[in-house]
This record gives sequence, C-alpha cells and structure tokens, in this order.
Amino acid sequence: MNDERKIRVLVAKPGLDGHDRGAKVIASAFRDAGFEVIYTGLHQTPEMIANAAIQEDVDVVAMSILSGAHMTLFPRVREMLDAEGGEHILLTGGGIIPEDDMAALAEKGVGRLFGPGSPTREAIAYIREWFETQGERV
Amino acid sequence: MSDSVPPSEVDPFRDFQASCRYDYLLPYLVIPVPNPSLIMSTTEKDLTGTADLASRLAEKEAEVARLRDQLERWRAKYESTSTRDIGFTTISGHEIAPLYTPLDRPASGHALDEIGVPGEFPFTRGPYPTMYRTRLWTMRQFAGFASAEETNQRYHYLLDHGQTGLSVAFDFPTLMGYDSDHPRSLGEVGVCGVAISSLQDMERLFDGIPLDQVSVSMTINGPAIILFCFYVAAAERQGVPAEKLRGTVQNDILKEYQAQHAWVFPPEPALRAIVDMFEWCSEHTPKYNPISISGYHIREAGATAVQELAFTLRNGFEYVERGIARGLDVDSFAPRLSFFFDIHNDFFEEIAKLRAARRIWARRMRDVYGAKNPDSWRLRTHCQTAGVTLTAQQPENNIVRVAYQAMAAALGGTQSLHTNSMDETLALPTEKSVRIALRTQQILAYESGVANTIDPLAGSYFVETLTDQLEADAEALFDEIEAQGGVVPGIEAGWFQQQIANSAMVQQTEIESGRSIVVGVNEFTEGGADVAIDTLRIGPEVEANQRARMARLREERDAAEVERTLAALHEAAADGSNLVPRILDCARAWCTLHEIRDAMEQVFGSYKEPVFF
Repeated sequence: MNDERKIRVLVAKPGLDGHDRGAKVIASAFRDAGFEVIYTGLHQTPEMIANAAIQEDVDVVAMSILSGAHMTLFPRVREMLDAEGGEHILLTGGGIIPEDDMAALAEKGVGRLFGPGSPTREAIAYIREWFETQGERV
Repeated sequence: MSDSVPPSEVDPFRDFQASCRYDYLLPYLVIPVPNPSLIMSTTEKDLTGTADLASRLAEKEAEVARLRDQLERWRAKYESTSTRDIGFTTISGHEIAPLYTPLDRPASGHALDEIGVPGEFPFTRGPYPTMYRTRLWTMRQFAGFASAEETNQRYHYLLDHGQTGLSVAFDFPTLMGYDSDHPRSLGEVGVCGVAISSLQDMERLFDGIPLDQVSVSMTINGPAIILFCFYVAAAERQGVPAEKLRGTVQNDILKEYQAQHAWVFPPEPALRAIVDMFEWCSEHTPKYNPISISGYHIREAGATAVQELAFTLRNGFEYVERGIARGLDVDSFAPRLSFFFDIHNDFFEEIAKLRAARRIWARRMRDVYGAKNPDSWRLRTHCQTAGVTLTAQQPENNIVRVAYQAMAAALGGTQSLHTNSMDETLALPTEKSVRIALRTQQILAYESGVANTIDPLAGSYFVETLTDQLEADAEALFDEIEAQGGVVPGIEAGWFQQQIANSAMVQQTEIESGRSIVVGVNEFTEGGADVAIDTLRIGPEVEANQRARMARLREERDAAEVERTLAALHEAAADGSNLVPRILDCARAWCTLHEIRDAMEQVFGSYKEPVFF
C-alpha cells in the first residue's frame, strides 16, 4: 500500500437532523488520527452528499444520523454513490441505530455503523483496516 | 498554618486566611437578628453596650480560633492519608475542596441576605414563597411520534397515568418548517416526533383534551410562531379563548443557531418574529409563556454547566433587550419569559446552577433592565434530565441516572420536569419505559421527602460556595460574549458553536482516556447485553397517510382564501407589522406550515450557518 497517501473522509449530516455533536467530535478525531477530513455541515440531501464525495474524491463517507431516518438515508446515499461511479467508496456512520437496522443496512452495502458510546478509536481502526485491505485497490 | 500557603481552590484550607478578617461577623453585629439565640443569648439592652459588643466579638474570635484548631487537626490527617487518584472537579472543571466549612462562604464576600427567602429577590431559594408545599412540580413528559392521532392516544395514556401537563415533540420536518409531503421530508415524517403540517393536524393532536385545562408545552423554534398560531386556532375551534391558554412554546431561536440547529430564518427577522409574539401574547394570552429560554440543547451539544448557565441567561438578556428596543415596557412581557435547563450528572453543580440562575436573572432584570414587577425578576424553569448521559450499554442503569438527576432538579427548585426513559439511546421510548420514568418522579415527589421543605440545601457550605462560584463564572463568560460583540455576532462568527464543540471534544477525550468513568461503557462493562428492550418503530405508512391527508386538505380548502391570507402575511413581513394576526388568519384558512414559512421566507431569506469542526 501507499503509506504516503492519506485516507480522505467526508463527514456528513444528512436530512433535517441538527444534532452535530457526534459529527464534529468524530471529524476532529479523524483529523487527529491523520485522515484528511471534509465536513459537509448540516441539512444535506443524499444528492448533495454523493456529489461532494465524488467531487472531493474521498475514500470514505461517514454519516451521522440521530433522527431515526437512517433506513431511508443510508440506502439513498449508497445508491447515489454507486450510480455516480463511487462504488468503491466506503459508506459508514453512526448514531441512534438499532442493531437490527444495522444488519439490514449491511445487506444493502452499508459498512459498519457505530452506536452511542462507541469510542472514536474503534471507528478509526475500522476505517484504517478497511483501507488497508480494500481501499488501496482503487 | 503557614503564611506562605496561598489560598487556592485545591487547597483544603481554601480562603482560610481571607476568612480571618472577621468580615463574616459583620452581619451578626450590624443587623437586628430576629432570633438572637442564633448568635448568643442576649437582651435588647445588651446590644447597645460597647463593652458587651467587645466581649461578644472576643467570644466569636475564640469560636473561630477553636474551629481553626479543629480544621488544622483535620487537615493534618487529610494530608497524611492518600486519596483516590482522580481529579476532584465539577463537570465544568472546577476543583472541589475536600471539605467546606463555615469559613468558606463568608469569605466570598456575600451578605447573609444574598441567599434570602424563597419568593423574594434575589430568589436564590426558589421563585415562589411556598414552593412544593403548595404545588409539586409539574410532571411533564415530552412525547410525540407518528401521526397526530397516535400521539393523541399517548397523551390520553399519560394523562390517565397521572401526568399533569403535556409536552409536544414534533418531527424533524415540522421543526424545520416543512410539510409532510415536501421532498425534504422524505423518510423523516413522524419518525422522531409528531408530524403537524396544518391546523387540521393540530386539532387532531388535542382531540378530547380541553386546552383551557391542560397546560401544553411545545418544543418548536424556527417556525414557532406558526405552530403557536395553529395551537391558538385549534383552541378557538374547541371554543377556548386565547386568554385561557396555559403553556409554553419554546421559541428560543438563539440557542438553535448555537446548538440544536433547527432554524429557518436569519437571526434578525427571527428575533423580530419573537418580539411580535411577546407583544401579541402580552395582550391576548396572559397565562401563556411565549418563550422558553433553553440551556438544555446547549448542554446536550457539549457545553459545561457554566457555559449552559451563561449562554442561556445571556440569550435571555438579548430577548429582553430586543423587547425594550421595540418600545415594549419590560414589565409587560418579562413576567412571561420562562426557562429550560438540563439536569446532568453532577448532582451539586446542577442544584447550584439553578440557584445561581435565579439570582443572576433577578439582579439583571431589576438593576440593569429596570424591571419593577417582581414577576419580571422571578426565573421560572422547566428541567429535563440529561439525554446525553443515557447509555445504550446496560440501558436499565439509565433508570438510576435519571432518578439522581431528577432529585437534583427538585432540590434545585424546578417548576416542571421531564424524566428521560431508559431506552432513548436506542429509539423512541416505549409505554413501559415512559411509565417508569414518570413513576421515578412520583416516587421522588411522594416518597422521598425532598418536597417537604423549601431549598433544603441552602446553608450547605459547599452548595452556597458552588452557587457563588457559578455566578462569578457566568459573569466572566458574559464579558467574553461582549468581547465577541454580543450574541448575534458571536453566532455569526461561530464562536458559541466552537466553544460548545471544544467542550464536547474535551469530554469525549476524558471518557476515551478513562479519566472520566461511564458505568457500563468504559468500566464495569460485564453483563447487560442480554437485556431485550422493545423499541418503538415508526412504519412507512405514517408518511404515506400524511401525504394522502395533505393532498385532501389542499383539495378541500378555499384556494382564494389561502392566497389572500398568504399575501397579507407577505405584506406584514415586509412592512414590519405584527405577524401573529396574519399567521392566525393563514392557519384558519388551512394554509400549510410550509406555505406560511415560504411567505415569510420570501421577505426574510433563510439562514446559512458557518461550517467548521
């Protein structure tokens, strides 16, 4: 793998949910871990997020959803990424997401999701591991 | 004790030297004491004798000397014993001394009557003279999900179980001013609150609930003025006149920009709409609170107790200044300003926070804004236990967290309280978990005895010291906000947002490093995984039904009336006349939430936040 290249992550807040404490904490933690981080700001539509991910040529999209709209928003972003040539981009995230829903979303091509109380280092380790095993192919 | 030891907050003998000035004796010597036996047995005549004064002073000096001896002995023992290797601080980061003594509080320079009595300036001990002896706090559980009918059923359930007020949780589309059938609402209709897009929905929400008898709190901010008008119009259709309405609309837009982020318009027109409501409500709804100035969301977004206290009160002053700038008499609207605080884990800091808030507010209202009516000085507050402290791990532990927090709210003198349900980190709460949360308040109110006497922690050396400290810290933060140019410039520069995000990051780091222990999350993690919590799910049919209902409403209403009332609102937005009567007309004509929002947005524009992390 290329040790020089930094992992590029788009941290995104989709939908109408304004609770950005987690998004900001995880964005800061990713930056401190050496990732290149772009934060979308609030109230983004799936279109806006997919476009930003493609334009910014990111490796990972990390979405924070606490509004309960995860079953709509994760699949929409996944579909749009795939439609715009971003099949290789990892879509992960966190928020208030019941475990059953996490499993259902995994079947739709969404990566691991992190619930309340997850340490930021777990998300960082997950992304690093994904990048080393899959991300470097692109 | 050595003279070279500087007084400091970490020193167990904090402020010891300062206390040796005998300042604290002055109140005893110069004011007539109603119960002289508190000080010493004496007679009226003795009080005039200089020789007696000198001997009493000498006695007091001896008393202090004895206390100093006791404390020195204790200090020697304390210092020769190891203590647990953690930082002893409040959540706001204040060092806490191991022991507080009678020498602490007098050293802070306050007179005895700074604490005062409940129901009197400066209200440290409570906003009302009799507090829970007359009426317990209102037990008000925040609830709302799916459609108006389903939420209506939950309200009937809660009222049947002894809840004494209602509190509406709206879904995200409603919070942002979108109708259920707007493209931006996709996937979010009724999911984390109830969907209310028109007067029709509002009427269904309160079906069978007499709005002249039940007080209703509505958590809505960006489009608050619209939902308020839906509510007034719904009451009207029940035959309840506006002057009989009791309750509160949150309507605190400043903290939305700072923390919760459900805004619609930019700050200036948003503040104008709020002052329009102050003006209209002071004439038409004398028992209704047109705003709930909220620290809750600031705290939940990451702020410390001190930041919550200072930002919230400063936002309150901003609203007062805007009302005065409009030409309103401060006493015409200030008595109806209400507050909402978060009750977090740090038991004593939270109690002190509520006590300090009342004192700061009273002083400012009287001395800076010239309010003459004591009701304008009286800070009344709702409280909610801290959602952010709930854990998804071992969720039953949350019942215990909530109980401690609820007790702090009662000891702090709250007027109403929401207790969180144990499963709220997983999904919307089920009926069972909501019932346990309500029962927690009832056990507190009827079994624990905390409601028997008013402000029972007053006079605690620690709580009084902490109250003084929080007040001083808030005053320092007010100065920092002024240095930013005030509240609105601070928001536009992202200053508040950055302060809050920084605090959130500090707390996360503390937890991840293990310096801050969260039971069941980073310590004591064994077990609990087997707990099955039923979660309440909102199916896609809710959104489909709402869409169908909106389509019907658009069919059935008088299109010309819709157009006429929206045009009149647009005009009022542009010419500066009060928006409330125009929005009420729109509501009655079945204009939808987003149509009304849009008519104003054409004039006001929309808000774009400064993005950073």
